[in-house]
Amino acid sequence: MGSEESVMETSRHEALGLSDDQVLEMYRTMLLARKIDERMWLLNRAGKIPFVISCQGQEATQVGAAFALDREKDWLCPYYRDLGMMLVFGQTAKDQMLSAFARAEEPNSAGRQMPGHYGDKRFRVISGSSPVTTQLLHAVGVALAGKMEKKDFVSLTSFGEGSSNQGDFHEGLNFAGVHNLPVIFMCENNKYAISVPIEKQLAGGSVAARGQGYGMPGISVDGNDPLEVYEAVRDAAARARKGEGPTLIEATAYRLVPHSSDDDDRTYREMGEVEEARKKDSLVQFKKYLEDVGILSTESGAELEREIGHIVDEATEYAEQAPYPDPSETYTHVYAE
Amino acid sequence: MPVISYIDAVTQALQEEMQRDEKVFVLGEDVGVRGGVFRATDGLYKEFGAERVIDTPLTESAIAGVAIGASVYGMRPVAEMQFADFIMPAYNQIVSEAAKMRYRSNNTWYCPLVIRAPYGGGVHGALYHSQSVEKLFAGVPGLKIVMPSTPYDVKGLLKSAIRDEDPVLFLEHKRCYRLIKGEVPTEDYTVPIGEAEVKREGDDVTVISYGLTLHFALKAAEELEKEGISVHVLDLRTIIPLDKEAILEATVKTGKVLIVHEDNLTGGFGGEVSALISENAFFELDAPIRRLAGPDVPAMPYSPPLEKEFMLNPEKVKTAIRELAEF
Ligand SMILES: Cc1ncc(C[n+]2csc(CCOP(=O)(O)OP(=O)(O)O)c2C)c(N)n1
Ligand SMILES: [Mg+2]
Repeated sequence: MGSEESVMETSRHEALGLSDDQVLEMYRTMLLARKIDERMWLLNRAGKIPFVISCQGQEATQVGAAFALDREKDWLCPYYRDLGMMLVFGQTAKDQMLSAFARAEEPNSAGRQMPGHYGDKRFRVISGSSPVTTQLLHAVGVALAGKMEKKDFVSLTSFGEGSSNQGDFHEGLNFAGVHNLPVIFMCENNKYAISVPIEKQLAGGSVAARGQGYGMPGISVDGNDPLEVYEAVRDAAARARKGEGPTLIEATAYRLVPHSSDDDDRTYREMGEVEEARKKDSLVQFKKYLEDVGILSTESGAELEREIGHIVDEATEYAEQAPYPDPSETYTHVYAE
Repeated sequence: MPVISYIDAVTQALQEEMQRDEKVFVLGEDVGVRGGVFRATDGLYKEFGAERVIDTPLTESAIAGVAIGASVYGMRPVAEMQFADFIMPAYNQIVSEAAKMRYRSNNTWYCPLVIRAPYGGGVHGALYHSQSVEKLFAGVPGLKIVMPSTPYDVKGLLKSAIRDEDPVLFLEHKRCYRLIKGEVPTEDYTVPIGEAEVKREGDDVTVISYGLTLHFALKAAEELEKEGISVHVLDLRTIIPLDKEAILEATVKTGKVLIVHEDNLTGGFGGEVSALISENAFFELDAPIRRLAGPDVPAMPYSPPLEKEFMLNPEKVKTAIRELAEF
C-alpha cells in the first residue's frame, strides 16, 4: 500500500472494482472485530467471561476474504479466530457478546460451545468443533453436494498453519482436487500454533506450496492487506464457479496477542517481535491507505471509533443482562425430536 | 416371498432408496466400478452413474467428513468403510463431528448420514479384517448403532437408517453376508430403529444377542429343545438407541439371562445390558447374569486354531445355556 498514491490516479481498490463505500465498510468491519476482541480481553481479565480466543492480527485476512464471496449463497466452514468473517456474513457485535457470556440467545450454539465455535444457519456457516481441521472436510462435502446439485456456490474453509499438518488437511485437499470441487482452502498463517513457530511446524516452509501436490493453485498473499486477500479469494471463487476446481490460499500475518486468554506468550516469544508486527498491523496500514486516498479523515476516523465503541458497549450491556440457558437444555437435541 | 442373502438385502435397500430419493448417494473405496470388495454396491454404478456411486480416494476420514458436509447441506450420503477395522482414521469425524453436530448447534445443523461397515470374524481375516467395533461407539450419544442379523432386518433397517434424521452407524457382520439367507418381501417396508425382536419364544433361559452370534443362539436353542431346555432368544437389532423394555420383558420371561456377542468381554456391550437388568429387574432373576463374548485379547488371530478359539459358536453358546438352565 504505497502512500505515494494520489487521489487522482486509479486507486488500488478501484482497480479491483471496489467502491469507496465498500472499502470503508471493510475497514469498519475490521475495526469492529478488533474492538469486540479487545473488549472481550478486558471482560476476561475482569473475571466476567471465562475465555477469549482472538482474531487480532488476522482481521484483514478474514474481512478481505469474506468480502470476496457471495453472502447470499456461498458457504463457510470457518475456524475459531474468524470473527471478522462472521461479521461480514451477518453476525453482530451483540451475537459475539452473547457467545462470550454463554447466554441462551447466543446464535452459534445457545451457549453450548465455547466462544469462537461459529455456526449459523442464517448465513450458511456450518457449526465447528474444537479438534482442529475437521471443518475442511465438511467444506469439501458441501462443495461435492453443490456440484451434484449443479449449484454455483463455493465453500470457503479457513484454518491455521499448524493445522495444515493434520491428516484432514491432506485428505481434504486431495479429495477436492480429485473431484475438482468448488472449495477455497484459506490458511491464516499467524506464525504460531500456540507456542510452536512456523520453523518447527512447516517442513518446506510454505503451506501454499502444498497445493501443488494436490493439483491446485497454491497462492501466498499478505494477510495484512485486505485488498490482496480480496483479490486472491475473488479469483479463486471465480475459478471455482467456472468449474475449475479448488484453490489453496495462504494469507500470512501475525498473531498479535497470546493464543487465548489462558496463554502467556512471554514464555515463548520476544515481546520485541510482537512490537515489530504491530507496525504492520492491518488496521494501522489500511487506515493509512484510506486516508491517503482521501476516503477517511482524522475526524471521520475518530467518529467511526466512537460509533463502534458505542456498539460494543451496547452489545456488552445487553449480553451481560441476557439470561443463561435453562439447565433442562442440557438434555435436548441429542437426536431429532 | 423371495429368499435372498444378507448382502443382497444391503444392495436392494441401497438400490431402492436411491431410486426413491435422488439425494441418496453412495461413497467409499471401490464402491463404484468394482461394486465394493464384498459386492454390496454391485450394479449401482451401472444404474446410477459415477456421480451418485462415488469411488473416493483411499481416505477414511475424508469419506466420513465429506459425507458429513454433504449431509449437513441436505444430501443423504451412505458412506462405506471397506472394513470396520479401518474406521479408526474416521473416528474423530464420526465422534467429534457427526455425533455432536445437532447438539452443538442447538438443533440447527444435523447430519442425516449412514456409515456402513462390514465387521466381525470367522472369515480368516486376522487381526485387521475381523474386529467388532461397536463398543468404541456405543458410549457416544448422538450416534445410532444398528446391527442386524437377518436379511429382512438388514433391508428394513438400512432403509430406516437412510431415512433417519441423525447419523447411523450400520454394522454388517461380514460372515453373515453369504451365509445367512431369508425371506424378504418385494414391496417397500421398513423396520424401525430402536426395536429389538424376539426371534424365538422359550421359558427356561433368555439369550440376548445380535449379529452373527444371534444365529449361534438360535442353533443352540433348537438343539437344546431336544434336551428339554426351552430357550427364549431376543435379537437387539439396534444397540443405540437400546430397546430397554424388550430386554426387561425378555428377562422376566425366564429369570435367567445369557448375553452373547463377538466383541470383547470387557467394555463390550453386554456389560451395559447386564447393568440395565441388574438395576431394573434384580428381583426377577433366578441366576446371576451371564456374559459370553470374545476374549480380552487385542484382536482375532489368523491361524485357524487361534481364530476358532476366539470365535463363538453354537457349541459354546449351548454350554453356557445349559449351565444357566441347571443353576
Ligand atoms: C486435534 C487438536 N489437537 C490439539 C488441539 C489444541 N490446539 C488448539 S489450537 C492449537 C494450535 C493451532 O495452531 P494453528 O493451526 O496455527 O492455528 P492458530 O491458533 O495459530 O490460528 C492447538 C495445538 C486441538 N484443538 N485440536
Ligand atoms: Mg497459527
